[in-house]
Amino acid sequence: MTILFFRRAVEDFRNNRLLNIITLLTISLSILIVCAFILFFVNTSEIMNSWKKGLRIMAYLKPNLSGAALTDLTRRVQGISGVKKVQFVSKERAFALLKKQMKRQASLFDNLAENPLPNAFEIRLNAADQSWDKVEWVAAKIEALDEVSEVEYGQRWLGRYTHLFDLFKLTGYAMCGIFFIATVFIVANTIRLVIYSRRDEIEIMRLVGAEERFVKIPFYFQGLLQGAVGAGIGLSILFVAYLVIASNIEQGFFSGLFHIRFLSPLFSGAVILLSMLVGWFGSYLSLKQYLKV
Amino acid sequence: MIETEANSSIIRMFHVHHNYGTKKALIDITLDIFKNDFVFITGPSGAGKSTLLKLLYLAETVSEGQILVDGINLSRVPRKRIPFLRRKFGIIFQDYKLIAGRTVFDNVSLVLEAAGKKRRLIQKKVRSVLRLVGMEDRQNASPPSLSGGEQQRVAVARAIIGDPKIILADEPTGSLDDDSAGIIMDLLNGVHIRGATVIIATHDKDLINRTGGRVLYLKQGRLEASTFTEKHYDNSIF
Repeated sequence: MTILFFRRAVEDFRNNRLLNIITLLTISLSILIVCAFILFFVNTSEIMNSWKKGLRIMAYLKPNLSGAALTDLTRRVQGISGVKKVQFVSKERAFALLKKQMKRQASLFDNLAENPLPNAFEIRLNAADQSWDKVEWVAAKIEALDEVSEVEYGQRWLGRYTHLFDLFKLTGYAMCGIFFIATVFIVANTIRLVIYSRRDEIEIMRLVGAEERFVKIPFYFQGLLQGAVGAGIGLSILFVAYLVIASNIEQGFFSGLFHIRFLSPLFSGAVILLSMLVGWFGSYLSLKQYLKV
Repeated sequence: MIETEANSSIIRMFHVHHNYGTKKALIDITLDIFKNDFVFITGPSGAGKSTLLKLLYLAETVSEGQILVDGINLSRVPRKRIPFLRRKFGIIFQDYKLIAGRTVFDNVSLVLEAAGKKRRLIQKKVRSVLRLVGMEDRQNASPPSLSGGEQQRVAVARAIIGDPKIILADEPTGSLDDDSAGIIMDLLNGVHIRGATVIIATHDKDLINRTGGRVLYLKQGRLEASTFTEKHYDNSIF
């Protein structure tokens, strides 16, 4: 019976070719757009996480702190929630590092009467506490200490970018929702038109004693088929686009900086299943509305 | 055992009324149709012939009264059971009602597919029925490519393939020439001989006279007369 229903769904697909192609293209386009967003989010998140891993807070200390005061301060900073490691960087070591980094401009340092750099703490956070809010909270705690003159976390721009990214993510979710609803209604509309074009056939089926499920199941199959094929096309187009873009990025300016990856097979499978569910739901809506006895 | 009128009846109608809005289509119809009857329902256009058939296969429901089909009270048939009731009937229409996009074979096999029969049985039975109606060679043709007479033969094949107890035919020869009409009536006679009850709605008096059988005459929704007509042979046809 299942084979019969599937055969009929495929026949309907062929008999209403134009209608079904339009639906397929719409589903493919929706899947393409939604998955392109997801692909962007996945890769951007990974890049940002790798940047966050290098995140550190520099606390510049007031001059002339005694050894005991430094020990006490280290203990207090270490005690702040989320702090993983506190490393003292003396002004002498900082100066040496600076000189090393600016080897070509060594003459700049020759005329300095004294070392202008302050003593500092380089503070690293626990991996679990690297959300931007937490970083800001820790930095504020350290800055409030009397012995600290200034706090800097080099990738301050990362915070602004994180907020922008969160906003973008929210927009992405909204768009996914809109595409989901639009796809359901487009599938529902196609099935409705197919039902309308086949109303005589449906009437005949009923007259010869066909049960409702005999009439309806091929339409459900059709919805599932539209979802699966549409998602397959959308993902295939995205994969080709990914290959082109990834090879350009990896060979170009950003070579070695990022490694862009495609959606996992598990996720792609889930997208196809979800798309099939959307197709089925579209059919269900149409049948519920238009196939009343 | 003596067979009473009640247990030999396959269709019983008790004071049946049917209205389309305010228009009365059938008024106070009470009748019995017996097993293996060959019945003509006749009368002028608008007399209620087609409506009476539609009430039997529940395309319409009675406004008042009761109908029993093979012992089943139609007013108590739940919606989900309607398909099973319809399998008791083989229905033939004046406009054939064949599915244009499917082959002759698929049109006929639809009945058995809907009843959930096995594919091998379906193939065997469809071929045998198509042979019976003389359409075996056209099983892969699509209905629009057939003549009216051929299409009606396919419709007869579809009506009889499920071995129904009752054949309902609504003006089955209305769109056909005399030769094709003769073939269709011969096929219906054959079904009757094999034990089915045949009910034909027609306004064609010649057809009734040529075939013979019980005649129920409807006029303006009322059952005016129930008579019996002997078969009258017309040399121009036979």
